[in-house]
This record gives sequence, C-alpha cells and structure tokens, in this order.
Amino acid sequence: MSLQAYLILAAIVFGIGLFGVITRRNTIGILLGIELMLNAVNINLVAFARFGGSEIGMIFTVFAICITVAEAAMGLAIVILLFRTRRTVMADHLDLLKG
Amino acid sequence: MAEPIAFWTLAVLLVGSALAVVLSKNLFHSVLWLALALTGTAGVFLLLDAEFLAAVQLLLYAGGIVTIVVFAIVVTQRLVGERLSHTSRRIAGGAVVSAAIAALVINAIARQPLATTRPPMTGDLTRTIGESVLTRFVLPFELLAVLMLAAMLGAVYFARPED
Repeated sequence: MSLQAYLILAAIVFGIGLFGVITRRNTIGILLGIELMLNAVNINLVAFARFGGSEIGMIFTVFAICITVAEAAMGLAIVILLFRTRRTVMADHLDLLKG
Repeated sequence: MAEPIAFWTLAVLLVGSALAVVLSKNLFHSVLWLALALTGTAGVFLLLDAEFLAAVQLLLYAGGIVTIVVFAIVVTQRLVGERLSHTSRRIAGGAVVSAAIAALVINAIARQPLATTRPPMTGDLTRTIGESVLTRFVLPFELLAVLMLAAMLGAVYFARPED
C-alpha cells in the first residue's frame, strides 16, 4: 500500500475522533475522542518514518505515546476531581466560567 | 499480495471501531471499542514494520489507558441505571465540521506526490530506536521522565483524600 492510503486512513480516524470530541456530553467520552485523534497522528508519524526511510519519526512516536499516557492520567484525575466537587461529569453542566 | 488484504482488514476494523467509540450509547461499550481501535492501530504499526511501537501501543494504550478509563468510569458513574448511558449533542453540526476537516486533509493528501513504495529495511529498527533514545535524543528522553513524574505527582495530588 502507498503512503497515501495510510495518511487517508489516519485522516478518517482523526475526523471520527473530532466528531466524538464535539458531540459527546460526558467528559470521559470527550477524552476517548481525544485518544482517537492522538492515535491517528501516531499512524501518520509512523507511516512517514517508514516511507521516508528514517527512524526519527518512530522515536517521535514513542515520545508522543508517553505524553498521551500522561495526558490521559491527568485528564482522568481532573474528571474524578470534577465529579467530587460538582457531582457531575457532563460537560454541559460544567459552566462555572460562563459569564 | 498479503499487504493490501491486511491493510484493508485493519482499515475496516479501525474505522468501524472508531465509529462505535463515538456513537455507542453505553460508556463502557465505548471504552471496549476504543480498546479494539487501539489494538487495530497496533496492527497498522506491525504492517509498517514497527514491531517495537506495536508492543508499546498494546502495553501502554490498550493496557494502561483502557484500565484507567474504566477505573474513572467506575468512580464517577453509578454502575446500574441510566447514568452509564451517554448521549451526544449537536450531532449534525459536529458531523459537518469533522467531515469538512477530514475532507480538507484528504484533499491535501491526494494532491501531493507522495511515495508509493517504501525503502527496504536497513538493520534492526528496535535496536536503532533504543540507541537513538540513549544517544542523540537523550535530553528529550530525560525530560520525558520528568514529565512522567510530574503527571504522576499531579494525579496523586488530585486524587488525594478530601480534607
């Protein structure tokens, strides 16, 4: 398969993840959409690294995966904290900063 | 040719499970579909000759993230009743925006003259990654360790007992 096929697959998965981020009411559902988007970016990085003949993109992917894990841990900790203080994790109800 | 068959199988699996993640009515089902999507991504990495990354993907994503997401669901939702169901809002607007962005990206990809064949593998990729991380990229690697420590401390701080 050509590089284009991998990039288009990643773009489709990115679009689906974006849809999830926009439409989900539950904060955890939004985080799942973000995971999908980051995952699509990783596919892009690996595909470019393999077709470009350089391993640097793969090293970047290792860093990206680690940062994503840190992001997920922090995001879910924030969700748990939100639930503890507001008793809800629905994004529609988290509007304290709304003027 | 085994590669196109494997690619299309993985592509259908990946897109189907990703759609199930964002459309499923049950939050738990969403997480399980996400695990399938992440496993499918590991398959794509294998197809791109990145065995090490496929293993990291399975261990960290499909193992780690899915576990902490399930943990967060158990802590924040009641396990019975309709609290677990999660709904979507502004579906039409979200579909238009995400489809437009995906179409824009795909259009840009289709216009570019990109490589159609991959160069032959030279040497052991896992070994190259390991050597680069400890020589040329040792500073970002150490910074990553600091980031991990900060994330761990932050998560523990947020999850501390109420005082």
